[in-house]
Amino acid sequence: MQAHNNAYYVPPPSIWPIVGSVALLTLAVGFALVLNKVAVGSLVMALGAGILLIMLFGWFGAVIKESLAGKYARQVDTSFRWGMVWFIFSEVMFFAGFFGALFYARNLALPGLADAQSLWPGFSAAWPTTGPGLKTVITPVNAWGIPALNTLILLSSGATLTWAHWGLQKDRQRQLKLGLALTIALGILFIGLQIHEYGEAAFTIRDGIYGATFYMLTGFHGFHVMMGSVMLIVILLRSLAGHFTPGRHFAFEAVAWYWHFVDVIWLLLFIFVYCL
Amino acid sequence: MNTSTVSNAAAVHDHAHDHAPTGVMRWLTSTNHKDIGTLYLWFSLFMFFFAGALAMLIRAELFQPGLQLFQPTVFNQLTTMHGLIMIFGAIMPSLVGFANWQVPLMIGAPDMAFPRLNNWSFWLLPAAGVLLISTFFVPGGAIAGGWTMYPPLFMQGGIAYDMSILAVHILGVSSIMGAINIIVTILNMRAPGMTLMKMPMFVWTWLITAFLLVAVMPVLACAITMLLTDRNFGTHFFDASGGGDPVMFQHVFWFFGHPEVYIMILPAFGIVSTIIPTFARKPLFGYVSMVYAVASIAFLSFIVWAHHMFTTGMPLGGQLFFMYTTMLIAIPTGIKVFNWVATLWRGSISFETPMLFSLAFVFLFTIGGFSGLVLALVPVDIQLQDTYYVVAHFHYVLFSGSAMAIMGGVYYWLPKWTGHMYDEKLGKVHFWLTAIAFNITFFPMHFLGLAGMPRRIPDYALQFAEFNMIASLGGFLLGASQLLFLYVVIKCVRGGIAAGNQPWDGADTLEWTQTSPPPYHSFVTPPLVK
Repeated sequence: MQAHNNAYYVPPPSIWPIVGSVALLTLAVGFALVLNKVAVGSLVMALGAGILLIMLFGWFGAVIKESLAGKYARQVDTSFRWGMVWFIFSEVMFFAGFFGALFYARNLALPGLADAQSLWPGFSAAWPTTGPGLKTVITPVNAWGIPALNTLILLSSGATLTWAHWGLQKDRQRQLKLGLALTIALGILFIGLQIHEYGEAAFTIRDGIYGATFYMLTGFHGFHVMMGSVMLIVILLRSLAGHFTPGRHFAFEAVAWYWHFVDVIWLLLFIFVYCL
Repeated sequence: MNTSTVSNAAAVHDHAHDHAPTGVMRWLTSTNHKDIGTLYLWFSLFMFFFAGALAMLIRAELFQPGLQLFQPTVFNQLTTMHGLIMIFGAIMPSLVGFANWQVPLMIGAPDMAFPRLNNWSFWLLPAAGVLLISTFFVPGGAIAGGWTMYPPLFMQGGIAYDMSILAVHILGVSSIMGAINIIVTILNMRAPGMTLMKMPMFVWTWLITAFLLVAVMPVLACAITMLLTDRNFGTHFFDASGGGDPVMFQHVFWFFGHPEVYIMILPAFGIVSTIIPTFARKPLFGYVSMVYAVASIAFLSFIVWAHHMFTTGMPLGGQLFFMYTTMLIAIPTGIKVFNWVATLWRGSISFETPMLFSLAFVFLFTIGGFSGLVLALVPVDIQLQDTYYVVAHFHYVLFSGSAMAIMGGVYYWLPKWTGHMYDEKLGKVHFWLTAIAFNITFFPMHFLGLAGMPRRIPDYALQFAEFNMIASLGGFLLGASQLLFLYVVIKCVRGGIAAGNQPWDGADTLEWTQTSPPPYHSFVTPPLVK
């Protein structure tokens, strides 16, 4: 689909941003109420989530409609690419913060606590630990069980997604759809195994710095896999609707970049959270 | 929804179509960078007065020793909210407002790269503002742990703390989206022929600032997410008994926090670098070195953060590293100050209000820079940490730095934005009142700090009484002077002498090729830059 002309498309006024703001405000108020045990909180949160869903449908719907109508000239396409790149960079920095917390705790905070023998007699900085004040002994998840399997699954999903992309580039729609479906299946399998692992784990988020860093890092990663899976499902549905051509399929590529980013984060998690 | 295209041939017809929303819907649903820029600017002005009113209450309490007006908890709420709102509600949004108005005009683009996202970035601010300000009325009152939100103090306290954390999350989302929008606009939407090294200095400073925002706002999100889980979900990130460390919060926070202070000053540098050449009627001296200086400052901002923490415990090697890197910042900053002064050298200088603000900026910001160098010295900082010397320092860089550059920028571009000249006489009165009152307020704080008066306390020892009274009187004058600013701005918006396309004869950036005010859609056809 060709753009009508080369002018940069400036969309007409849109209701969705303000709807999104109302959604986030409602969600935040609801969450604050839930955290402070106000009964109505979960209702307010559900309302906020509902408004957010409506906004996402409406906003992305408008973008897809404009894209199909050929309104996005090449320059707009470049904007979308840059936008996604910088969004992923912000996500990298988000995870970098939590990895930083993990490294700080292991290499600076715990040795410091172990040095303070007059305060915490007998405490040594061995990892995993729940810290000097909590006496729980941590049995970590065996890295070569489910986590290794999950590594294999996510890496394979990266491969199937690339295979799907090749299909799209060569206009083999069957390969595209099959590749996407496989990727989604692997993503959901990953999430299922992760939930199973959480259920089996012998420690909780309350168990000292180990539990905190473990669940924070793997939890946020798992949340990103879920988001990525939803995005892939949308892309599959759009593929079924025939939205993508070998020449124009930025939405597919954006989601693929995101999926590979989530993949790389998992590799770092596997090394620094599970193995080391 | 209307699906008109902005094609050149159909431009006239379609634009009439695009204008359709009027009244409140024009502002709620806008995808126009000028309207959204205006929203940012008015929002930040409102927040400036709100947080300024809190500052008036602080100065009223500190007018005399003893507890006059507020209990200590309320006083702590005032200082905390004053800082948080001034930073996230006044300074940052106003600079984004400038970016919205000026970046597309200065690079010859039709609008921002993502006009709808732009609208969302703005409208998240009032959402966060409502959440934050409403904490004054919840059980337990607003947050009182300082704008830096340090645990373990921040672990205590009621629902206001959770609300404020979530409000800062929303502000962060807004900042990240706004910054991505600005980066993409600058990278992808420059007029043909405008290479990176031909960009106006203001655009350069915003490109680098936006990069800093995308890099560090997510790290702030990490820090406050850990606070939230420590408060509510039993994690032990900042609790030593669980193997965590409250000092870790400070590291993560200041990894965000130091780039953050440059986020608030670099666009101000850009404004001043635009105004001084205009009124000196000479091109900016050392343009290339200015670009590299801004980039160096941005790079250094990532490796100086722990100079905020010299007294919280750090190995000697760490203290030395952060001391030296901090002092290194004086080099690129010195280059900038030198270039501003060199731009003035043998210029044909006139002293309109924007120029007065810019010259005051160069002078007063440099004082703030010097007191920063003093604070960078570990042994000195250990004496001065958490005293009024620090308060004096950051008000010299944030008020006489950022805020006065912003005011200068407002006077400079008001004729372009409104089509009318502002009242030059009143503008000058506003400048002199502000500059004098500012110094009466904050200069004595250097002496108070050197004498050992701690910050964030509602009461103080008798020997600090005189300087505090002077500072309070200056503060009230400073606050009152800003009402004159409001009056001048409103008067200019409502009418005045027609500005013409280019009211400043020394200005040479692209926005002055447009009418004043510029058409609703400017640069539908990009200009050619030679």
